[in-house]
Parts: sequence; structure tokens; C-alpha cells
Amino acid sequence: MYSRAYKTLVSAPPLIWVALFLLLPYGLMFAHSFWTVQDGVLVHDWNLSNYQKLLTNSLYAEVLFRTMRIAASVMLCSLLLGYPLAYYLSFHSGARKELLYQLVIVPLWVSYLVRGYAWKTILGSEGILNGFLQYFHFTHEPVSFLLYSPFAVVLMLTHIYTPFVFLPIYASLEHIPRPLVEASEDLGASPASTFFRVILPLSMPGLLAGATFAFVLSLGDFLAPLLVGGSSGTMIANIVQTLFGATYDWPLGAAISVSILLITLTLLFLTERLEKRWSFE
Amino acid sequence: MSSAPILQPTSADANAPLLEVRAIAKRFGTRDVLKNISLNIASGELLTLLGESGSGKTTLLRLIAGFEQPTAGEIWMSGERLDVLPPYKRRVNTVFQNYALFPHLHVRDNVAYGLRVQSVPKNEIAGRVDDALKMVKMVEFAGARPSRLSGGQQQRIALARALVNRPQLLLLDEPLSALDASLRKQMQSELKALQREIGITFLFVTHDQEEAMALSDRIALLRDGALEQVASPREIYAHPATAYTAEFIGQTNLLRGEICRSIATCGVLRWPLEEADAPARFSLRPEAIRLCPDGRRQTNEVKFRASVRQQIYGGASELLEVDCGADQLLRVRLPACGPLTGEHDFVFSIADAIRVAD
Amino acid sequence: MSRSTSTRRAPILAIYATVVFAFIYLPIVVLILYSFNRDGVGGFPPSHLTLDWYRQLFTDGPIWDSVLNSLLVASGAVALSLTVGLLAALALDRASFPGKALFRRLVLLPLILPGIITGLSLLMFVVLSGAQLSLFTVFLGHGTALISVATTELFAGLQKSDRAQEEASLDLGATPWQTFWRITLPNLRLALVAAGLLIFTLSMDEIAVTFFLIGRDNTLPLEIWGRLRRGITPEINAVSTLVFAVSVVLIIVWYRIRMRSVGTEAQQLPERP
Repeated sequence: MYSRAYKTLVSAPPLIWVALFLLLPYGLMFAHSFWTVQDGVLVHDWNLSNYQKLLTNSLYAEVLFRTMRIAASVMLCSLLLGYPLAYYLSFHSGARKELLYQLVIVPLWVSYLVRGYAWKTILGSEGILNGFLQYFHFTHEPVSFLLYSPFAVVLMLTHIYTPFVFLPIYASLEHIPRPLVEASEDLGASPASTFFRVILPLSMPGLLAGATFAFVLSLGDFLAPLLVGGSSGTMIANIVQTLFGATYDWPLGAAISVSILLITLTLLFLTERLEKRWSFE
Repeated sequence: MSSAPILQPTSADANAPLLEVRAIAKRFGTRDVLKNISLNIASGELLTLLGESGSGKTTLLRLIAGFEQPTAGEIWMSGERLDVLPPYKRRVNTVFQNYALFPHLHVRDNVAYGLRVQSVPKNEIAGRVDDALKMVKMVEFAGARPSRLSGGQQQRIALARALVNRPQLLLLDEPLSALDASLRKQMQSELKALQREIGITFLFVTHDQEEAMALSDRIALLRDGALEQVASPREIYAHPATAYTAEFIGQTNLLRGEICRSIATCGVLRWPLEEADAPARFSLRPEAIRLCPDGRRQTNEVKFRASVRQQIYGGASELLEVDCGADQLLRVRLPACGPLTGEHDFVFSIADAIRVAD
Repeated sequence: MSRSTSTRRAPILAIYATVVFAFIYLPIVVLILYSFNRDGVGGFPPSHLTLDWYRQLFTDGPIWDSVLNSLLVASGAVALSLTVGLLAALALDRASFPGKALFRRLVLLPLILPGIITGLSLLMFVVLSGAQLSLFTVFLGHGTALISVATTELFAGLQKSDRAQEEASLDLGATPWQTFWRITLPNLRLALVAAGLLIFTLSMDEIAVTFFLIGRDNTLPLEIWGRLRRGITPEINAVSTLVFAVSVVLIIVWYRIRMRSVGTEAQQLPERP
């Protein structure tokens, strides 16, 4: 029912905009990863030397491995916190459901930076947690390993991504028709087997979406390490940031970025396949 | 737009058809939704497009309204080619299945919408909107939001909104299907009365054959994208052209048999018929069969003996299922007669066994 | 919904949920509490209540300059991303063109990719084009990255809206242009407001993309970021508390709007077959 002119009019501007301001920049990033820098000048000779460097220099592999470990920990922790919360809200919270739901949403709107900063004030050696421990005489010396460690990064990112993980899980739990649960119980399944045989499989798409989200966003984070990570908490995106800043080796930075992008897209692709397998509609 | 009064049909020549559908075909991907449809609608007529879901009736309606383009064929209205015009340039208005009232506009603004977008003078709009609301008896709801109205009330507003534009043709897409049974019956008679009163041509789409029978001047029965039969309700009931029509409109017994040497034979039933030898099918309505208590038949009647297998009481009438032997079952509708068992003689008139095509 | 399954008590789960809530809210509560603490951030328990940090904040010129910058960038980003996002949503909903599937994925990329990748890509683009880094490049970056949010929200809005209403409008004689302004846009107004609020908040808080596109003038998050390097002061708690308060007000506005839309939908539901 829409004329050709209408369709052209609505599709041309966003197509042009996206091509110019998204496709072209991402393309530039890709192109840079094949160039090199000599004496502080960008040289446009196409080669794979940056990727070679990534594969041969063990520093990058080490940091990338640590980054994956941190991202996986964040994913696991947010699932462990987010799933039971979503399950409780969806199935057992009764009349307070809507209120509790909104309570989960509110922190989503609170600045990432502000929340990270709050953790810094809590975990520091002069921080609130140490003050608390000493006030109640749990310790007499400040505990210094809390801040500036991979642990602090995982804690902060888990805090930030738990509500993000909660949302898709809650949505998929809410979509489960309640008669299915009753049918399972009617057929003699205990609450536990109802959960593992009916509810968990049917909430898989939400669980996968939340898990991917937490993993992917943690993978590319460079602010949490700067805020609370210290040198032992450095992640791959921090290296990119240094290469673009102080070191001024954009091509190598671009090559790492492209690697992060490829890992991310692969994961998203796999999740999409898995989600399709787990959706029964 | 002309400002002809709403009570007069606007067509110039009463004899020429208002709308001509000429060899229309519509294909969605690889599916032929409409196959070579030709249909004329006379001015002032109420024609019903009847068919099962998927028969293409709504697609034909949307082609006439202009929401879809035909794959082949042409549509003409009042001597003007219609299918090349965009929907907003056609003097055709639609009452949508779920009414499609604009939720952000009050009832009055919903009705005024068509006039406003066509820049009808403000002072004229007010009067015409009032007239339209009066016509559907909804004046007191002018300031309400559509979401506050019941289904029946929304239906009336949808009607007023379409009619206020003084269309030459009003399309109604299953407008009563969302209403409950009693309200539906009431709206049917109101619609029919309104159509008589204002004389605008109605093209009505429904899947409900009773509704089609009750409302229509003519019924166009669609089957799998092709026209099965176009005729008045009485004609289509009394003389169905095909087995499909006979079964779709009302109840019937479909008899399968053959004509051989001027005798029609369908199982145990035989009667004289002056037609060429061929396999044949006949439609015999249940009410055409009567009890024959004295066992005597007229010359133009067929008599058979059958045992009652089942009896369903229906108030004024009874529906029997009888076995004429050799597992040939027939449905018989009798005036209420009390419980009936065992074997009885039945008769029907030869003229009531209508030969139908496959 | 079955009453039996929705109200069944699960005490262990309830305790666990409470702990999770405590974890989520602990930093926020700490933040607010210490913005009123005379002896600064750290130490336990917080002692003397004071508004000094807020007083100091209100006379802090650079902070308010950065707030103004953030408001400018966010307003621009809302206008830009809603305009392009609305067209993109219409195109995805109604038009078919070569590369549509690719376009859909490309638009969404900034939403799912780490901010550093989008930020650096845009930085390279700006450098290539020879432009100076400034608030304008930040606005361009935010606006472009947040098209993803606008498109998602508005596309969902279009999918929910009743196509028959636009047909009814055309049927009643309105041109496509009139139909767009009188029916399509009003039907989308809730999605537009919701998307606008969301984009505004996200832009006010954005740091990963901004980090690479910023020129001489700071946005609020980058101003805070810069100060964090010099050590932590309760003044940052104070400004964060204010940002939090504004966010909460925005959330309440957003819920009001959503509840209203849910309300009208609920009223219409029984009429639909």
C-alpha cells in the first residue's frame, strides 16, 4: 500500500547516514588494521604484520586470555545473581511483582561511571569496607587486595550487568504460559523437576541473550580496569586505548579492535543459532 | 468532492453498473489468491462477497479500496478507471473489520477526519458530522474516546466515519464478526435499513452464509479465488449451480448417481429425467422430503422407504437422519412431529432434486 | 495467570533475592550517604551530616559548564537519532530494498559492540575528514550510535500499531503525507517520547564513545572522570547524587507515560476479537 516514492523517501536518508557514519568508520578501522606506522607516520602498505604481532607476542595473548576469564566470570556471576532474582519475581513475588521489577530497573538508569566510582570508594584501602571491618574489629590492618585487582573488576562489572542479564531472563520467564507449569505438576513432577524440565528449557533464549550481553560488553570494557582494576586488572581494551593514545600505533590498535569485533560477532552469531534451537514457537 | 445530499445515490445512470471488476487476478508470491474475477455491482445494490477464509474475498475488497494492486485486470467505477488511482482518490470508503478507529482522536474527530483532510469548509464539516452521528444514533458520544465505546458503538462510529464522505460505494469487511450473536442480528437489520434509506451501494464481505442470506440483494460466492456463483439469496438457495454452493449455503443432501436412458439413479432412488446419459449429482434439501403416511405418491414425486437412525429436535422442526437401505443416508427436515422410530415412507418432488455441477 | 503458582511462598528464594537487591543498591546508598559526610569519602561509620559538599558543588564553574555541554550534546543526539531512527524504522517496517538484512544488523551494531570500537572507528573517520574534535563530534557520535536505540524502540512501536488505521486514513481521502502527520506519528508518540528519554539518559551518561571524540570542552561524565584521577572527593558524590536524582525523576516520568499507554491498551483489549 506504500508507493515507491514513499519507500525511497524513508529508506534513503537512514541508508546514506548509516553508510557514511557507521559503515565507513568501521571500514576504516578494518583498513587501518592492515597498515603500519613507521617513524610516527601512517604507511598505507597492506600487510598482515599487525596480526602477526598479535599472534607472536605472548603479552597480547596473556591479556586477551585474562580478559576472557574476567568476562566469563562476570557472565557467570551475573547469571547466578540475575536468574534466581528473575525466577523469584516471575513466579513467587505475588502482588509486589511490579514494584520489585521497577526496583531492578532503576539502577540501570544510574550512571555507569557513578556506580564504578562508588565501588572505588567502598573497596579502597582507606575505603568504606575497610573502615567497616576495622570499626567492628574484624581486622586491624587495612585489607589492600580488594581494590586494583581482577576481583574488583569482576565485582564492578557484575554489579553493572546483573540488571541487564535479569531483563531478558525475566521477559522469557514471563512468556512461559502458566498452565504448562500446572500441567507438569499435575503429571506428578516435583517443583524441582518442573523447574529443570519445563521452566529452565523454556527460558533458555532469555538466558542466552543475557549471558551473551554480559560477556560481550565486559570483553570490550576499558573503564572498569582504569577505575578499579590496577595493573593486574588490565584488559585487552586498555591496550587498544594505550595504542591509540600514548603509544600512537593506530594500526596495531585497530588490529586488536578488529579481533575483539570478530570474537563479538562470532559469539552473537552462535547465540542466535542457539536461541533459535531453544525457541519452540 | 461534490456536496450531494447524503440521502441520494450519486450515480448518474441507474442502468449502468456502478462498479465493474474486469478479469481481475491477484498473485502473492507463487499463490494465486484471485483468478480471473469478473463482477458487476449495480448502483444501490447490496452485494455480499461470501466465502471461507482464504477464498480471496478480503483481497478483492482491498483491491477495490486500493490497498493492493491487481496482478492483472481492471476495475472501473462510474465510467472511470479505478485501479490506477491511489486509495485516497477513490470515492470508495471502507468499514474495517476491527473498525480501525483512531485511538488518539475523539469520536467527533474520527468522523470529521475524511472531511478535514480533504479541506471541506469548517462550517460544512460540523453539520455533516452531526448528520452522520444522528444517522447512526451516536450523537451523545461525540466527545468520547473510541476506547471507551463498546464493540457495537465502535461499529456505528466506523460506519458514520465512512459514510460522512458520501462514497459511491461502501465496502464492509466482516464488520459484524467481532460482535456477539444477539447484537449481530440487531446490527444486520439496522445495516439493511440504513442501506435502503441512504441508497448507497454496499459491498459486504462475510464468511457467514446466514448473514449473507439475511442482508444481500445478491450473493457472490467465492471459492479458492474464483467465483462459484452470483445470484440472489433465493435463487442461490433454490438453484445452486454446483455441489460446493449447495453445501455451503444451507444444508443439503448431495446425491451421486447417473442418468441412463432418461432415468436418474442415485442408490435406491430412481426417477424419470429427460436428459442425456451421464454421471450426475443432485442437491436435495432436507425440507424437500416429506413423510408419506398413506403410502401414496403423486406422479411427479419419488417415494422411498427408510428407517429412522437419529432424530434431533429443533423446536419448530425436527432433523432426521434416515437410512434408505444399502447404507444410503439422507437428512430430512420435518415440522415438529414427536418421536419417530422404525420404517416410514417418504416422498419428495422430482423438481426439488436439483442437478448440480461438481 | 494462575493464582496458585504466582503466590506460592519460597522463603529461601526470597532471602536470596533480598541479598541480590542489597548488592545492587549498596553502592548507590553508599554514594548518597557519603555525599552528606563531613569527613569525606571513606571511613566508617559516616559521621557528621553536612551540606558543604553541595555548597562547594554549586560554586564549581567547570562542573556546571560540563553539565551544560552534556545537555547540549544529549538534546542534539535525541533530535538526530530520533529523526534518522524514525525513517530507519519506517524503512525496515515497510520498504524492501537490497541489503535490508545487512542494514538492520549494521544499525544495531553500536548497541551490541563495545563502545571503544564504535568510538575509535568514529575517531578515525573524524581524523580522516580533517575535522577538529569538539562537542560537535561528540554529538555526531552519540547521535549516530544511538540511532540503534531509536530504531529498535520505534520499530517495535510500528509493529504494535494497527496498519488498518493508516489504510483507514488513506481510504477516507488523506494523502500519504497527511496520513503520516495525522495518524502514523500520533500513534508513535509514546514510543517517540520513551525513546527520546532513553536516548537522552544514555547520552548524558555516555563515556566510552565520548572518551575518543571529545575536544577541549568536557561533558559531565568526562569532567568527573578527569577529577577521579586527582583523587576522590565528596563533591563527586554530591554531583553523582544529583545525577541519580534526575535519573529517578526521568524514570518516574517514563513510567507514568508507559502506564498510561498500558492503560489505554488494556481498555481496548476487550473490544478486540
